[in-house]
Amino acid sequence: MSKVAWIRIAIVAGGIGLLEVACRSGLVPPTMVIAPSLMVSAMAGLLASGDLAPDIAQTFSSVGIAIVLSIVGGFTIGFGLHWFPPLRRAFDPFLAAYYAIPHFAFYPLLIVIFGLGSLPLIVLATLFAMVAMIVATLAGLDRIPRVLLKTAQVHRLSPFEEMWRIRLPAAGPHLFSGIKLAVAYSFIGVIAGEFILSTMGVGHEIAYAYDNFDNPRMYGLILFVLAVVTAFNMLVYAYERHLAKRRGA
Amino acid sequence: MAEPAVSLVRSAPMDQPVHARLADVTRVYPARAGQPAVHALGPLSMELRSGEFFSVVGPSGCGKSTLLDVLAGLALPSEGAVEFEGKPVQGMVPDGVGVVFQEDASFPWLTVEDNVAFGLRRSGVAAGETRRRVDFAVDFMGLRDFRRAYPSQLSGGMRQRVCIARTLVLQPRLILLDEPFGALDQQTRLLMGDELLRLWRETSATVLLITHALDEANLLSDRIGVMSARPGRFIDIVETGWPHDRDSRLAERADFGAVTSRLWSLLRTESMRAMGQGARAK
Repeated sequence: MSKVAWIRIAIVAGGIGLLEVACRSGLVPPTMVIAPSLMVSAMAGLLASGDLAPDIAQTFSSVGIAIVLSIVGGFTIGFGLHWFPPLRRAFDPFLAAYYAIPHFAFYPLLIVIFGLGSLPLIVLATLFAMVAMIVATLAGLDRIPRVLLKTAQVHRLSPFEEMWRIRLPAAGPHLFSGIKLAVAYSFIGVIAGEFILSTMGVGHEIAYAYDNFDNPRMYGLILFVLAVVTAFNMLVYAYERHLAKRRGA
Repeated sequence: MAEPAVSLVRSAPMDQPVHARLADVTRVYPARAGQPAVHALGPLSMELRSGEFFSVVGPSGCGKSTLLDVLAGLALPSEGAVEFEGKPVQGMVPDGVGVVFQEDASFPWLTVEDNVAFGLRRSGVAAGETRRRVDFAVDFMGLRDFRRAYPSQLSGGMRQRVCIARTLVLQPRLILLDEPFGALDQQTRLLMGDELLRLWRETSATVLLITHALDEANLLSDRIGVMSARPGRFIDIVETGWPHDRDSRLAERADFGAVTSRLWSLLRTESMRAMGQGARAK
């Protein structure tokens, strides 16, 4: 393992250790934060009980759908805007200002349109995540060296082949950045949405535990969400590193 | 200045049939966003004979690369006609034409082997035949020990060899090279020039090389087309008269410098004109 990896582990382990000591010694009251070891046991207990299975299923299926929609939709729209520059010029100010909009303020409106349940959450998370993918797609396609497109012409590639064999792999590193952001934003969109108005899901359960001062349950759930998101992102990151190494990055 | 293109081409003592032809070709980039139209090329005519090595030299911005793009079918001429093997070239690179560019055009996501096999695999050539041709091209370009490497692990010269090998496997009858060694150091250029001559002799392909290096054009070519400043036309076509079986040691010959000097004497005024055009454009 590299020196950097050791330093990283030492920082995380040190932080957890300090928190453990602070909580166990009473320096931090349990009404505020519980010891990390108790968080782990609370999380294990919650998962073992199976009570949360429907919530976990709902949250992660909503996140999964939002991830797929935002990646596919973001790439398609990004590709369309790249292909048709006047449309892109028209859209540029909207894209630049998009993340200044407080998306969650529209959640009540989405409920009016789509009703209660997971649909408004999926729409909210998709809208939140998709623009990151659009911007990454545009950045990737803009930076494809012109000589590679001329090479595609020399090999008489059809538009579909050019897209599949040249544009997609050439834009790959930027697309991966977009995918990572889309994954993160989809999680944020769904779980934060569940906090506000949903009657189910992991986000709702965290909010419910918070309202009832049930700290072990709340921290157990927060730890669970963190663990899943980190594991998912590390998988994407590892694959991205694997691809980047080939390119000498 | 006279308009010598056609008559000079006809005077070339080549007894081979015409392989590719440009007839009164011009290329004008239309005006856009406050910029006037740019007349980049021509009218220009030329005939490439089967199996010859023809180089084009000219001042910066004279339309050399435009000439190659038009001949390759990568760009349409504004006027005039382009033919390859007797058939018109119309906005598409014809079968049998290979192009190598100055910029690194290797695919960074593919290994050397997969880069070289790229064109064969997508054209549905049988796996056995693909392997045979890739093995040959990889060996020919001295890439055997690097076949599983990615372009990022190779030097600039080796990446350019990958691009040449990728062209070579398709067995092109006409190879167009747009300053392929432009980014390489002088020693590597000389060695790559030798490899290019070996490739030309062994494949019997017709080669058109665009270069700004007069000694490189001199060393490699049977004939050298000297272009004027923009809009590029041929002001002369110089026959070198070098033996078919030649390599970089040709530069040691006493008469080598005389050809380079002649090229420079033809180009000097045009290069100064081109510098003036560049200054005005700024």
